[in-house]
Amino acid sequence: MTIKKICKEQPEHFELTEKNIEKAKKIITNYPEGKQQSAVMALLYLAQSQNENWIPLAAMKYIGKFLNIPYIKVYEVATFYSMYNLSPVGKNFIQVCTTTPCMIRGAYKIVDACKEKISNNENELLEGKNCSWVEVECLGACVNGPMMQINNDYFEDLDKEKTLKILDQILKGNSPKPGSYRGRTNSEPEKNRKTLLDTKNA
Amino acid sequence: MLKLKVNNKDIEIEEGLTVLQACEKAGVEIPRFCYHEKLSIAGNCRMCLVEIEKSPKPVASCAMPATEGMNIKTNTSFVEKSRKGVMEFLLANHPLDCPVCDQGGECDLQDQSLFYGVDKSRYKENKRAVAEKNMGPLIKTQMTRCIHCTRCIRFATEIAGVPELGAIGRGENMEITTYLEKSMESELSANVVDLCPVGALTSKPYVFEARPWELKKTESIDVMDAIGSNIRVDTYGWEVKRILPRINEDINEEWISDKTRYACDGLLNQRLDTPLIKYNNKFDKASWNEVNNIIKAKIKETSSDKICGLTGDLTNMETLFIFKEFFNKCLNSKNLESRNDDVYLNPEKRENYLFNSHINGIEESDFIFLIGSNPRYEATILNARIRKAYLKNKTKIVSSNNVGDLTYHYDFLKGKTGDIKEIVEDKHPLSNIIKLSKKPLIILGQSVLSSNSGRYIFESIKYFLKKNGKINNEWNSLNIISENASTVGSFDLGIFQNNNVSNQVLSNLKNQKYELVFLLGRDNLKFKKKNEFIIYQGSHGDKGAEIADIILPGSAYTEQNGYFTNLEGKLQKAYKASYPPGEAREDWKIINDLAEVVNNKKLFNNREELESSLINYLNLMYEKNNSTKETDVKDLVFENENIIINNIDYYYSNSIARASKTMFKCRNEKTKLESTGTEG
Repeated sequence: MTIKKICKEQPEHFELTEKNIEKAKKIITNYPEGKQQSAVMALLYLAQSQNENWIPLAAMKYIGKFLNIPYIKVYEVATFYSMYNLSPVGKNFIQVCTTTPCMIRGAYKIVDACKEKISNNENELLEGKNCSWVEVECLGACVNGPMMQINNDYFEDLDKEKTLKILDQILKGNSPKPGSYRGRTNSEPEKNRKTLLDTKNA
Repeated sequence: MLKLKVNNKDIEIEEGLTVLQACEKAGVEIPRFCYHEKLSIAGNCRMCLVEIEKSPKPVASCAMPATEGMNIKTNTSFVEKSRKGVMEFLLANHPLDCPVCDQGGECDLQDQSLFYGVDKSRYKENKRAVAEKNMGPLIKTQMTRCIHCTRCIRFATEIAGVPELGAIGRGENMEITTYLEKSMESELSANVVDLCPVGALTSKPYVFEARPWELKKTESIDVMDAIGSNIRVDTYGWEVKRILPRINEDINEEWISDKTRYACDGLLNQRLDTPLIKYNNKFDKASWNEVNNIIKAKIKETSSDKICGLTGDLTNMETLFIFKEFFNKCLNSKNLESRNDDVYLNPEKRENYLFNSHINGIEESDFIFLIGSNPRYEATILNARIRKAYLKNKTKIVSSNNVGDLTYHYDFLKGKTGDIKEIVEDKHPLSNIIKLSKKPLIILGQSVLSSNSGRYIFESIKYFLKKNGKINNEWNSLNIISENASTVGSFDLGIFQNNNVSNQVLSNLKNQKYELVFLLGRDNLKFKKKNEFIIYQGSHGDKGAEIADIILPGSAYTEQNGYFTNLEGKLQKAYKASYPPGEAREDWKIINDLAEVVNNKKLFNNREELESSLINYLNLMYEKNNSTKETDVKDLVFENENIIINNIDYYYSNSIARASKTMFKCRNEKTKLESTGTEG
C-alpha cells in the first residue's frame, strides 16, 4: 500500500445531501447511546459516495462536527483505511485485483489495458477522463478472476480485449453490464451446473 | 490484598494493579516506553514483556492485571530474549543520530538499548523517513525518530484536553501529527517534550543549547502564576537554559505550563544590570552610592505620608518583609500596597484569600462553581486538575460566565451579579445543588472581586456557605484564585491598606497625593505619571522602569533564594540557580543597604536573621489567624452588573514573560489562530 496523499486542491465547503443526512441519522441510531462516534466509518463512506469517490477535508470536518468528535479522530480513521480515497479518483473508480488467483489468470493484462486506456500510472486522474485505476488486494471474487471493480460493480472473467471494450464504454459515459464476461451466472461452472442438479433454487 | 510472586519473592499488593506496578512494588524495574503513570494504558511498545508462569508467550506487563497467585519472572533468559527482540524492532527504523539529537543523554531509548538491547543491527533494508511536522513555536519535531508510543497523543487528549494530536496512516506509514499541522492550542503543550521517550519531540527554544550532563540543576519554585509549581532550573554558567517540572503530587503533579517552562529566556533579555538615574529623560549609569544618596536626600525632603511603596507580582517574601520593615522603621510610613487594582480583600482571616480546598481537593469535589474566573489562563495547572476531576468523577461544573473553551464541559449562567444574589438568597436552582453536594468547590476569580459588588459577592457567598455548613474543619469550599506568585505572600505580610476605599494607596496615587513612589518590581500598574519621583527596583526594563527616575537593578527569581506562598497558602522556597547580571544585586540586600544609608543602621545583619524573623512573623500570623469577626451581609452594596472577566494576555502577563522571545512567538501564534478563524 502506498502512503495516502491528501489532495492539495480542496473544496472549501462540503455538506451531506438531505437524503444522506437522513441516512446518516439512521446509521447513528444503530449505535448505543454515548457511542455515536462509532458511526464515523459509515459516514465517511457516505461522504465518499456522494463526492465522486473521494473524501475532501471539508467532509471530515463536517463529519467531526456532525458526530461531535475532534477532527483529528476523523482524520485518523480516514487515513487508516485504504478504501477511503483522500484525493480525487474520478467518477469511475477502477480497482483491479492483482492478488494471486487473479494474477495467475492474467490480472496484469487488465492492468495493461487500464494503462493503455486510462493512464500510465495508478491513481492518476487525467484531464477529461474522469476516471482512474488502482491495483488492489483480493476483492473476494477469486473464482471469477481476473476481475476488476468499477465503483460498486464487479466485472469478472475478463481478458485484455474485453477489458478494453468495457473501458471504452465507461469512458464514453455508458454503463456496461456487470458480472461475468464469459456467460457464467455468478460463479457457477461454465456452460452448466455440475452438482445440485435437482435443487431448483441452489 | 493479592499474594503473588515476583522473581520468586513473595509480595502482597492491593487489587486493581497491573503486573508492571506489582513488579515495581517488589522493587523490580521493568523497561517501558508507552506506559506512563498519569496516562491511560496503551500497551503498544511491548518493551515491558515479562514471563508469567503457565503463559506460553511473554506478557505485556503494563496492560496485564495482576491476579492472585501469579508467578512473574523478569530475569529469565526468555524475558531477556523477548526484550532484545522488541528492542531490535524498535531500532529497525530509528535513526542512529544520537550525536545530533537533543534527547541524547536523557533518552529512554538510548538508555534502554544499552541495558536491554543487542549491540549490532541485522537490519540491512532502507530505514523509513518521515517528514517533520509543525507543532508550533515550542515543539521541535524529528518524526523519523518516533517509536509510536502515543504518549503525546494520550497527553493531549486526556490531560491537556485538546484532542489535536493523532496518529495517521498505519503500519510502517503511521505518523504522529496535529490536525493539518497546526500548532497545539494548549498552555500545557510542552509537556509532551518531557513525555516523549525519544528525540522525536524536543524543545524548540532549547535546540542544540546544551547537553544534560553539562547543566547545573537547581530545584526551585515557579513564579509565573500563583500555583507555585515545583520546577528544576538547569543552568549553564550564568544562563538559565531550561526549566523542567519536578514531581509534586499536591501541586503540579508532573506538569508545568508553557509559560513556566519557556519564559526563562526572558531572564537574559531586557535586564537591568546597573543603577540608573534619569536626567532630562535619559538614563545615565550611576554607582550604588550615588543612587542611595539621592534616594536618601529625596526621603529627607519628603514627608512620610507623601511616600508610598508598591510591591510587585514576582517578589519573594524576604524582600517584601524587609521592604515593609524599611517603610515602617526607616520611613515611618504605612503606605504599602501589593494589589494591582481595586480587588476586594477581607484580611481578617487567612481563609479569605486562599484556595482553601487545596489543589488536591479538587479531585474530591462533587460540584464546582466558577465565579468570574477563567482558570485556564489564571491558573493553568489548576485547570488541568479540574479537568482531571471532570474525567475521573464526572464532576458537574458551572461557571458564572461563558469563558470559552476550558478543556472540559461546563454549564454557564448569564454572567450577571444578579445570578449570584439569587443563589445566595436561595432563589436559584444552584442554591440547592450547592447545599446538597458534600464537597462543593466555589471558586472566585480576581475579576469578580474587583467588580463594584465584589465585596457583596465575596461576603454573601461566604455567609451562604457558612450557613449551610460548607465551611468547616474538614472542608472549606470557599476558594480564591490568586493570579500572581507574590499575591498571597503579600497579604500574609500585611502589604495592603484597607481604609475607606478598598485600595487606599492606589486611589491616593491616582489623585496625585504622593511625591515619592517606590516600585518594588511593580510592572503591571495602570497609572499616569505626573510629578512623582519614582524609584523602581526590579530585574527587567519593563513598564515600571520606563516611568522611573531612579532604577535599582535587582534579581529575578532564579537568582536569589526566596520564599513564595502559593494560592493554597503553602510556603515554598525557591533556590538560587544563577546570579544577577552586572552590578545587579539580590533584592533584600538592596533594601538593607538603602536602610543603612538612610538610617545609618542595617535592618538585618545577614540573611539568616532576615529569614528567621520572616518565619517568626509568619508563625505568629498563622497563630493569630482565628478571628471570628463576621461581616454583616445586609448592609453591603449590591449592584446588578455584568461580571466581566479580565482578559489575561496569558503569554505577556509579567515582566519576565514580556522579555521572552519564545513567549512573543507563542503570543503571535495564538493571535494568528484567532484572527484566521481556522480553528472552528
